[in-house]
Amino acid sequence: MNNRIPVVENILSANERIANQNRQLLEDARVFSINMMASPGAGKTSLIEKTVSRLGTQTKIAVIDGDIATSLDADRAAAAGAIAVQINTGGDCHLDAIMLHEALPKIDLNEISLLIVENVGNLVCPANFRLGTHKSILIASIPEGDDKPYKYPGMYRGVDALVINKIDLLPYIPFRMDYFRQGVEILNPGLETFPLSCQTGEGIPAWLDWLTAQLWK
Amino acid sequence: MHELPVTESILEIALRHAIQADARRITELNLVIGQLSSIIDDSIQFYWDIIAKDTIAEGATLNFKRIPTQMTCQECHTAFSPQEDDFACPNCQSQQVKVSAGDEFYLESIQIDT
Repeated sequence: MNNRIPVVENILSANERIANQNRQLLEDARVFSINMMASPGAGKTSLIEKTVSRLGTQTKIAVIDGDIATSLDADRAAAAGAIAVQINTGGDCHLDAIMLHEALPKIDLNEISLLIVENVGNLVCPANFRLGTHKSILIASIPEGDDKPYKYPGMYRGVDALVINKIDLLPYIPFRMDYFRQGVEILNPGLETFPLSCQTGEGIPAWLDWLTAQLWK
Repeated sequence: MHELPVTESILEIALRHAIQADARRITELNLVIGQLSSIIDDSIQFYWDIIAKDTIAEGATLNFKRIPTQMTCQECHTAFSPQEDDFACPNCQSQQVKVSAGDEFYLESIQIDT
């Protein structure tokens, strides 16, 4: 007999289940966690270095670094003072909840209050895979151009905060901030946004204030 | 590039529902995928032919229902598909628009033989 069976299940439901387990592990240990996503070169590692070096004295921070290969980023996070764990995805273009689930036991979660997960540099794939972190952060940067919300709407749509890095380059690069922000506002109304420069330090305090306010008291 | 884990997930969900229904074979899968989900049908089909082999889903047809991105103007209530580089309402040029479709990403149903 030929039957039609209704399913209506999210295609990545298995990933979602593991993501929920990750969230529970983090909450049990009262760790606030963020998933940092961006295209390669936008400044994820630079912002992590700045964050760790400025908050690291009062807040114990761990960084989990996802990369296709090498441990260069984890080395930089460790040099800045974080507990650093590298995940090499071996070619995969994004982290998924299972990779994070396997990396979490390498950290004593009771020792830390902030976990930063640095995703693989990519504006497409990481958007589809929830990790179980509390907030997803997208780092855009001025040299990428002002059309990115229009070209990668899926990524801009799914994040909880947006950093606009390299604002010190605004005088040298044609970048219509209004046009950029209009695209962002339509895809993600009211999105918390932090224009800053890791190079000059401008705007970093507002980012750190926001991040600090998210931590468990 | 992430179509392989997506395809594996589709197979896992389909097999689970088929086994619950005592299926002998899965003949069709009906997928609903919004334009904002950045998934390439051809790649899913390519991986599907490999990973569904030797399962009760081998040879099943994948039907993709693609949902175009749709926006709705909050001021004049026009529904429209946005242009590539401009999301403003084509009727009143308002920037007060919201995404109303395009995020879909699910397996709607499967067709089985029992």
